Amino acid sequence: MNEAQTTSLEEVFNRRIDAEEKIEPKDWMPEKYRKTHIRQISQHAHSEIVGMLPEGNWISRAPTLRRKVALLAKVQDEAGHGLYLYSAAETLGISRDELLDQLHDGTAKYSSIFNYPTLTWADIGAIGWLVDGAAIMNQVALINTSYGPYSRAMVRICKEESFHQRQGYEILMTLMKGTDEQRAMAQDALDRWWWPSLMMFGPRDDESPNTAQSMRWKLKRKSNDELRQAFVDQTVPQAELIGLRIPDPALCWNEERGHYDFGEIDWDEFRQVVQGNGPCNRERLEARRAAHRNGTWVREAALAHAAKQADRDSLRKAI
Amino acid sequence: MTAAAAPDTRTLADFVIGMADNDLILAQQLGKLCGHGPNLETDIALTNISLDLFGQVRSCFQYAATLLGNGATEDTIAFLRKEHEYRNVLLVEQPSLDFGHIIVRQFLYDVFHHLLLERLQFSADETIAAIARKSIKETAYHVRFSADWLVRLGDGNDESRARAQAALDHLWPYADEWFLPTAVESAAAAAGIGADLPSLREPYQRKVAAVLREATLELPADTHFRKGGKQGIHTEHMGYILAEMQSMQRTYPGMQW
Ligand SMILES: [Fe+2]
Ligand SMILES: [Fe+2]
Repeated sequence: MNEAQTTSLEEVFNRRIDAEEKIEPKDWMPEKYRKTHIRQISQHAHSEIVGMLPEGNWISRAPTLRRKVALLAKVQDEAGHGLYLYSAAETLGISRDELLDQLHDGTAKYSSIFNYPTLTWADIGAIGWLVDGAAIMNQVALINTSYGPYSRAMVRICKEESFHQRQGYEILMTLMKGTDEQRAMAQDALDRWWWPSLMMFGPRDDESPNTAQSMRWKLKRKSNDELRQAFVDQTVPQAELIGLRIPDPALCWNEERGHYDFGEIDWDEFRQVVQGNGPCNRERLEARRAAHRNGTWVREAALAHAAKQADRDSLRKAI
Repeated sequence: MTAAAAPDTRTLADFVIGMADNDLILAQQLGKLCGHGPNLETDIALTNISLDLFGQVRSCFQYAATLLGNGATEDTIAFLRKEHEYRNVLLVEQPSLDFGHIIVRQFLYDVFHHLLLERLQFSADETIAAIARKSIKETAYHVRFSADWLVRLGDGNDESRARAQAALDHLWPYADEWFLPTAVESAAAAAGIGADLPSLREPYQRKVAAVLREATLELPADTHFRKGGKQGIHTEHMGYILAEMQSMQRTYPGMQW
């Protein structure tokens, strides 16, 4: 293919995206589009499965049967999200095994929020409310993204995430209606999870490259700072409603802007966690590696058995 | 089933609780594995089984709570008993040493569980019958899942066969206890509420043998079967399972969650 042909293909491709048409796996796409999507979708998939770990940490200790079942179902949903997203990434010509290798050897990223520890039961509430809440902010915009399989995965995922968010908020609401000890537990969880949740929206706009390209491809519809602001505006009244205090002395309603003003994120902490120095980076990665390593013989056995079955089938047909 | 005198409420409650304790402890063990399995598919499937079992536990404990009265709830029954008051068989408290042990433990229990529910769906106690009818479809799926995996592992490669056989050698001695009725189970069976447990042994062993044949695995010879769980005398593993499971209820007594 010569340069002129590629250019015209790319023009057609761009016009389709501008016209809100979906790009499907078999369609022609620029190499950069394919690579960017593999990176983003797989990062998203990795976040779903690493995200199972901090919450999974409380399944065995959930305080009631009802809570245990709800938490178990939630963590299972996240596994399902991982599955849809790996499948969506596979449509771009890469295998789940390759993607997992990238996660396990540390070259692929996942959401830094999961490098924080879950220390009390209230953390399960805080994660549902804040982390799933922030994820929804990011993901609702992606329902209209240009790549068909990713967009369709988002529709299903967003529905479940909003259920998770309500469930998390309800856990905290119950704690706030409980004893002093329970209220303190809820407040402590918010104190620890608030700032990491704001960090989920990424660096400030003036330090975030690539935005124009991602906007064109509808991988991004609002900037990091816009999404962060929307999250703060949505979350502060929810905290007040149940008597939780946001741990930010600079937080106040700005009548003129029609938004909350809030304090500066500790960007040094943000960078440290991204670079692997958060409280649980090593534990999370090691847990994923161990699961994969300990499961190798199982996956190999399944393949060996399937191969034997196929041999027997063809033998039977030959007779 | 032939109905003798109906057992008193306490006996009925003990029967229902004892039956569900197996599901509770196994579900608890499976729940802990979520996120750590060989791949996403097995994680999702084992979590499903755990969720089904917890669902059955909740139905049983809610029923038992109404029988017990006195402020009993599904959670006081699940979380606030002493170790010797749990009546699960020893099999379900055995550790998840590897995927082979997880599958063999599951398979040995699923086959028994399904046979039991087949009988209990005709229980003279309407609630027990209804719970059994609802659970039996789920449990049929569990048997399929664990039997399929046992065949895959046994008839897979050398390593997987060795691991599956080791797990079977280790766990088979725990696969007879459920056929030995306690006084409570005998009373329930006599009243047409429970099952005649010894009569399940033959169909159980037949089903297990059929799957093992396909899996190219063998039962260990000269097995000395273990028992005691149904009398509340557990293995050393049980204390740790309960310590973890009960930790919130013990640390923060009497609170709403
Ligand atoms: Fe998710
Ligand atoms: Fe979620």
